[in-house]
Amino acid sequence: MSNLRVPTMAEMMMNGETPDILFWVGCSGSFDDRAKKITKAVVKILNHCGVKFAVLGAEESCTGDPAKRAGNEFTFQMQAMMNIQVLNGYEVKKIVTACPHCFNTLKNEYPELGGTYEVIHHTQLIQNLINEGKLTVEGGVFKGKKITFHDPCYLGRGNDVYEAPRELIQKLDAELVEMKRCKTNGLCCGAGGAQMFKEAEKGNKEVNVERTEDALEVKPNIIATGCPFCNTMMTDGVKHFEKEQEIQVLDVAELIANAVDL
Amino acid sequence: MSIVIFALLLAAGFGFFIWNVRLVRQNILLGIDVDRTDHLPERFKVMTLIALGQKKMFKRPVPALLHLVIYASFCITQIELIEIFVDGLIGSHRIFRPSLGGFYTFMISLIEVLSLLTFFVTIAFLWRRNILKVPRLSMKELAGWAKTDANLILIFELLLITFIFMMNGADEVLYRRGLSHAENLGDGSFGFAVSSFLGPKLFGGMSEHGLHIVERIGWWGHICMVFTFMNYLPYSKHFHILLAFPNTFYSNLWPKGRFTNLASVTKEVQLMMDPNADPFAAAPEGTDAAPSRFGARDVNDLTWKNLLDAYTCTECGRCTANCPANITGKLLSPRKIMMDTRDRLVEYGNNIRQHGKDYDDGKSLLSYITEEEIWACTSCNACTEACPVNIDPLSIIIDLRRYLVMEESKMPVELTGMLTNIENNGAPWQFSQADRINWRDE
Ligand code: SF4
Ligand code: SF4
Repeated sequence: MSNLRVPTMAEMMMNGETPDILFWVGCSGSFDDRAKKITKAVVKILNHCGVKFAVLGAEESCTGDPAKRAGNEFTFQMQAMMNIQVLNGYEVKKIVTACPHCFNTLKNEYPELGGTYEVIHHTQLIQNLINEGKLTVEGGVFKGKKITFHDPCYLGRGNDVYEAPRELIQKLDAELVEMKRCKTNGLCCGAGGAQMFKEAEKGNKEVNVERTEDALEVKPNIIATGCPFCNTMMTDGVKHFEKEQEIQVLDVAELIANAVDL
Repeated sequence: MSIVIFALLLAAGFGFFIWNVRLVRQNILLGIDVDRTDHLPERFKVMTLIALGQKKMFKRPVPALLHLVIYASFCITQIELIEIFVDGLIGSHRIFRPSLGGFYTFMISLIEVLSLLTFFVTIAFLWRRNILKVPRLSMKELAGWAKTDANLILIFELLLITFIFMMNGADEVLYRRGLSHAENLGDGSFGFAVSSFLGPKLFGGMSEHGLHIVERIGWWGHICMVFTFMNYLPYSKHFHILLAFPNTFYSNLWPKGRFTNLASVTKEVQLMMDPNADPFAAAPEGTDAAPSRFGARDVNDLTWKNLLDAYTCTECGRCTANCPANITGKLLSPRKIMMDTRDRLVEYGNNIRQHGKDYDDGKSLLSYITEEEIWACTSCNACTEACPVNIDPLSIIIDLRRYLVMEESKMPVELTGMLTNIENNGAPWQFSQADRINWRDE
């Protein structure tokens, strides 16, 4: 049981309402136990700020990102066109998503196939809410904590969003420490390009271990991310070094939701 | 006599260069067409910042500065060539000196100072490559020709500079003795920044005859090196000094995360999704026939921009040094992707010219790039971000994946499962689409 208010598009339509924004939950956010917590953190923030949003629920389907990165353009375009039919059917104008892969695909690859929407990442939405005065964040539990931000490739290099997540972290009165490879030089967590779904090729190290070393070097209390896949990879990396007692891996949305005590 | 030899050299030098550039152009145009002529002002801006301004080089300031010295000296030295051409063709000697006066002294001095700096930088580069063995410059994909190529260029550079100082140094000594073929302005010295010191030190004790020989060796050596260098370019990674400009101009201006949508697939998918479409209908008049394959098996399945990228690659390895797959010991190296594409393109182009358009040598780009490399990529865009001349190895990798998956159904088995899940239940894992909202009540 939960007291979250999460209307679906269909439910809203039935009540004759239209949401201001669609929350695209994504596969990870819908099914992965860890990522579901991120989804709920986003919803808590949306609820708290009174944002009129809806989700697609059972009408949502994979954006097709992993298929496309794996080279299967057919599967990707099938997914894209089905989703576009649904989205256009509901006359969706604006979408927020907590997954940089969904974000990138919806924003950059759907328009050519007939689906043009204003797409933002959840860190950008939260930043807007703060700027509009709908959300006030104070340090609280994170005051004085050392937080490092791992740039998701499809948010950072892929779409040049580097500042929104950082500005949110700074709102927490926390110390934002940068890894030696950050922003445009950030190192991948190892999950992108459909790697999440397969074993890595032969090498001498896992990418997430290499990346976690970068994070450990700056001795953070928290590794913050903005992507459910990065979250999984970094969490596994922290476990690899048996540091899970000392270091938490949290999404920026979770940081904000916790700080506001939602 | 020397005028005739010079004119012949000039004609041969430029003729051969143009012929070579034509071959390269032909090869590049074997690629599929893409339109990169939109947003012209932005394109000029990107070219100015990245090619002319070397913006991305400055991510690593030390090599960037060293490289800048060579680059500046390369550009400025070309001005001197104007005089060499005129002198060579009409048999004059330092024809611009009397009329340009102090400006002439300034220009030649600038060239000399830059040349001297370049001399030391070149030695530093040789040192880094061969003795320090900087990891990015001594990886196994550079063994053989690539390594020789890099060293050859640096040696050419040293020779060129040596010739410049032989020419100016010996001429300075001659001028002081009133024996130079340059017009005597009664000032007793050319007053060039470096050679007016270096000349007397090195050649002060030589006879008039000896000095004239050294001066001529310097002069002819200089111009011969220029032509050698120029004609070596199209065979070398050093082609980037010219191609960096068009290559950055035609850069991908979209967000890096965006991959192209295959138009041929769109048509088929639309047909599948449209219940009214007649699957047996002939393609409407004027639409292109479907391309022979999805994705890329060989270089002619790539776009001309991919192929221009391949010729532009400087083999600097910045991409590979930032590649998460390579850093963690996987076989994939984005630099090697570019080198392989270029090698295959040269081979493919030669085949066509020698044996006709339909010749099949039984090889393809996939004979150079293995599946193990292709599947190690995380599509993170670190390579495209790192490349100082905006090369995109990632799009080649993805096009190879497209071919493997859509034409040959070859992929790691876990990916087959992932794709089946997406097709059956709309998620990469085996969860029912109907359960997508269950989290709401958990
Ligand atoms: S996109 Fe692929 S090839 Fe390029 S750096 Fe990332 S993993 Fe390496
Ligand atoms: S692709 Fe770019 S970064 Fe990589 S080796 Fe070539 S020039 Fe250097």
